[in-house]
Amino acid sequence: MVLLLFLANIALGSVKIPIEAIFDIFFDPANVKEAWKYIILDYRIPKALAAVMTGSGLAVAGLMMQTLFKNPLAGPFVLGISSGASLGVAFFILGGSALGLTAMLAPNGWGTILAASLGSFAVLSIVILVAARVRDAMALLIIGLMFGSLTSAVVSILAYFSPAEDLQRYMFWSFGSLGDISWPALGILSVCYVIGILLALSITKSLNSLLLGDHYAQTLGVSLKKSRFIILIATSILAGSLTAFVGPIAFVGLAVPHLIRQWFTASNHWVLMPACILGGAVLMLFCDIIAQMPWFEFTLPINAITSLIGAPIVIWLLVRKKKLLF
Amino acid sequence: MEQAKSVLLKCEALSVGYTSSSLEKPIVKEANLQLKPGMFTTLVGINGSGKSTLLRSLAGLQKPFSGSVILNDIPLNKLSPDARSKCISVVLTGQQISKNLSVLELVALGRQPYTNWLGKLSAHDKTHIDQAIASTQLEALQHTPCYALSDGQFQRALIARALAQDTPIIMLDEPTTHLDLHHKASIFTLLSEIAHKHHKTVLCTTHDIELVLSLCDEMIVIQNEKAQQNTPQQLIADGVFNQLFPSNSIGFDQNSRRFFIK
Repeated sequence: MVLLLFLANIALGSVKIPIEAIFDIFFDPANVKEAWKYIILDYRIPKALAAVMTGSGLAVAGLMMQTLFKNPLAGPFVLGISSGASLGVAFFILGGSALGLTAMLAPNGWGTILAASLGSFAVLSIVILVAARVRDAMALLIIGLMFGSLTSAVVSILAYFSPAEDLQRYMFWSFGSLGDISWPALGILSVCYVIGILLALSITKSLNSLLLGDHYAQTLGVSLKKSRFIILIATSILAGSLTAFVGPIAFVGLAVPHLIRQWFTASNHWVLMPACILGGAVLMLFCDIIAQMPWFEFTLPINAITSLIGAPIVIWLLVRKKKLLF
Repeated sequence: MEQAKSVLLKCEALSVGYTSSSLEKPIVKEANLQLKPGMFTTLVGINGSGKSTLLRSLAGLQKPFSGSVILNDIPLNKLSPDARSKCISVVLTGQQISKNLSVLELVALGRQPYTNWLGKLSAHDKTHIDQAIASTQLEALQHTPCYALSDGQFQRALIARALAQDTPIIMLDEPTTHLDLHHKASIFTLLSEIAHKHHKTVLCTTHDIELVLSLCDEMIVIQNEKAQQNTPQQLIADGVFNQLFPSNSIGFDQNSRRFFIK
């Protein structure tokens, strides 16, 4: 399914490229138009790979957060990661132009990525510092939300004083984009992705213990401090790097773990974790196919699509099941 | 189930309580207690007397203010979480347990301390799980998700989970709250069986004093920040229960072993 969607994702787009041509690019490159080759190799394949990593990475991060906070509303961004990234980018685009820095610092897209990484890292380290002092997971959740409000307030103030074109640039970033990713960027992203996923897998057994609550987990030999730290680090690496490279992608992290749980009626993280990796990838590829529908002249913002598809699914689940258990 | 190793848990000059705005408020002071293998001990006291706090401290879930909990000559806080998980299992109230788990999954989580990092269950683990489910009579319900269980069934599933953990010591915090008399009695009988047949140390906090008087071997009574431990007979003879409740509103009749309203 992932492979099929991956192929479909590469094959479909505003420029029509026949599927034979795609195979030819790999097996008989001389036969293919240069433009097609460029579109496939340097645009669509990196984009499809980015979609796979985004979907699965955010879904895994969301799953870990929901289990850690024992809260079905938690997602990869509850710790203020996306708001931190937004703040970084806002400072960079909106604040930077006022000081005339943008042009100097950003000859290409790397400036935004750097700003987003720094922003999410800064907010996250504050949250983790606070987390070390606060023992209650629920308080941590609220602190994350408060940081979200704080940063969005600062972003609004920055936006208020910014010229229209900077504002538009910022808006475009916040729509999320899988397409702007280059091969070197993809390389960095995949390193972060692999580290994050490996950390997540290493903590899977403890996540199962955490299903019983913190006290029970402790009596089952789980070191709460250590596993909470690993979960936070894994989530920040996954969500932080993904947000930096593709923008704040809404909903996947929140909705996919719920979908998977209902679908498999499982709680065991050894089932949920791989299922989330595959399910997240499938959903993201699917959303991206819709965003770049062949009969559209343009590509829709991916963030709008994930919410457009994600929100009805979660509502439907809630109405059908009447309750959402973590 | 094989015979549990003899493990002795004791506490010396243990003071526990809660911290509010960085002020330590002890509620049980200088407790010296011993939990012996094969004994069913209950921990009683009025609401807010510190039963649960004391139990949590004995289980190593909460730091005591002073004094120490000692497991076979080793202070509990010197033991690794892993080693501790093979010695003490607990049944607690008010935990955020994922009710999506089936009974079998819940009980199987009791084997976590013995499994590898993948959490894979061996044949040996499965035997323990089956035995735990059998001794709590949950066979018919093993594939039911926890949200579909009644309070009594859920409580039994939690006890089964603790049994599957196969530890020499089991501690339970008010396992019979919200249960009717029949289910209370069946849980206490089960606990005394576990202690006597399998030679385990069972400690259980409860408000059902009349019910456990004839079932438990020893009782720990918390009263005015002091904890005393003795056999139920001796405690009755000493008239401890007559003064258990404040302002002399409730008395205890030694002959019928019942409380009455004065």
